Amino acid sequence: MKHAEAVKKYRARKIEERFFHSLFFINGILVIVVLAGIFAILLKTAAPAFREIDLREFFFTVHWDPAGYEKESYGIIAMLVSTFLVTLGALAIAIPIGIGAAAYLCDVAGPRVREIAKPLIEVLAAIPSVVLGFIGIVVVNPMLAKFFRQPNGLNAVNGSILLAIMALPTIISITEDALVSVPRSFEQASLALGATKWQTIIRVKIPAALSGIIAACMLGMGRAIGETMTVLMATGCAPALPTSYLHAVRTMTATIAIELGEVPYYSTHYYGLFAIGLTLFIITFMINLVADLVLHNFQKMQR
Amino acid sequence: MMRMRTLTQFFGFFFLRTCALFVVLILALLLGHIWQKGSGSLSWEFLSAAPRQGMTAGGIFPAILGTLCVTCIAAVLGMPLGIGCAIYLNEYAADTALTRVIRISIRNLSGVPSIVYGLFGVVLFVQLFKFGTSILSAGCTLGLMTLPWTITASEEALKNVPMAYREGALALGATKWQAIRTNVLPYALGGMITGTILSLSRVAGETAPILFTGAAFFLPELPKSVFDQFMALPYHLYIMSTQHHAVAKVRPLAYGTALVLIGLILALNLAAIILRARLRTMKKE
Repeated sequence: MKHAEAVKKYRARKIEERFFHSLFFINGILVIVVLAGIFAILLKTAAPAFREIDLREFFFTVHWDPAGYEKESYGIIAMLVSTFLVTLGALAIAIPIGIGAAAYLCDVAGPRVREIAKPLIEVLAAIPSVVLGFIGIVVVNPMLAKFFRQPNGLNAVNGSILLAIMALPTIISITEDALVSVPRSFEQASLALGATKWQTIIRVKIPAALSGIIAACMLGMGRAIGETMTVLMATGCAPALPTSYLHAVRTMTATIAIELGEVPYYSTHYYGLFAIGLTLFIITFMINLVADLVLHNFQKMQR
Repeated sequence: MMRMRTLTQFFGFFFLRTCALFVVLILALLLGHIWQKGSGSLSWEFLSAAPRQGMTAGGIFPAILGTLCVTCIAAVLGMPLGIGCAIYLNEYAADTALTRVIRISIRNLSGVPSIVYGLFGVVLFVQLFKFGTSILSAGCTLGLMTLPWTITASEEALKNVPMAYREGALALGATKWQAIRTNVLPYALGGMITGTILSLSRVAGETAPILFTGAAFFLPELPKSVFDQFMALPYHLYIMSTQHHAVAKVRPLAYGTALVLIGLILALNLAAIILRARLRTMKKE
């Protein structure tokens, strides 16, 4: 009798154990399911668009005007150019400042300064994008208008400045991690050969951490490309092909945000917006994946 | 020669210091500007009343309530799923190709644009699950967004629990799940909650994912159930600063909304930081 009970208890425990193991396994797989699910849903909802819109029209014509009076047009070149214009501007601002600030925090600043500065950078990362967009309207907008003598300052530069602020925390923290993980011996060898601290930073540490820094910049770029609210509010949203940084632009994200609220479900226009979303997803996915591989290899090399 | 080098170093360090100072300065100016212009519109009425007269007067209570509601739903969905995934990765999984794919997926999920989460939410929660444009749809969308951050923070918390705790339980004959439940989770829970609060502070300010999944321009009544539409702080700020018919007139209200939103997010951050500090001193004792 006693033996049978023990066996029963043992079996119950084993079943319980197996149950929780599979539960957590399913939960772990869930992350892949979500990522694949996002891709699958975008693909499935964008597919009808490509039945009705010519692929060549979508990828190689300039204008996006689904409510066109004479003819509807579905080209994404103008918004693709806008997206990259704003993003590259943002990177041009954020990369030098970000690397400089990271190098300062890693090699120049004392431990006390670091302890204060690091949480502050985290706070900067926590500022919601809609608040930055608001700042773009009320602060950056009049400043740019005055500086460039334009009627208003809602243009690509404005977007670039705000996206640079958004990308900075990402770039700084990952660059700093990369600089910290450069082996001490590199630094010591350089200093022992008579190099100054500055020479060591510029010629030894930054080159040694370069792939990590590149990954940091790519992740910052991914963030900037996918950002919606700041560019929606601060870039003026004119759906034309921009020819200069002082033009109002409308990025891919802004187009989706403006138009999806107005279109009826299951129309060509609706599917077209998902096609833009799919394009955006693939671009950011590629950038993040490459950055991830670069960073992974860098970390492996350091070890 | 020697002087030249020290001079270069002097200017070089000056440049680096300027970069770091610049970043901190941006933050200070940003917060200072919003505090200066927004603190004037703060009042008990602003926090507790609904907008009146075509949103040109009154308060933002419905928006505060809406944001708190979706954030709670995001926590209810995101926290258990995130913690479960972290437990699998840290306690059960071996370093196989599958776990590596899971890890890459987590990092990639954190880079998916917020507007793409919005599109996903529209199709999955609004249409497929038939939640409609509602608090529930928006909350679930935000909950999925928190996953990568919650998982990373929870895994970090699990890693900090000494191996001996697990081994002790296993040596006494506990099953793996018993060991995790009694000897690992209690010690990791604080870190997990900290991480969850931080990730919630990030999604509470998101606008793009709730744009089409349930946020409303203006509602005369407070939502009655999770299947109703809602007003949210970030969306309210967006409307007040760009879509309102008298944008210039409602500027003070927009500043006030921005201040409340930032205040909410900084409060969440502060709570997480204090909790983290508490845990650290507790561990030392």
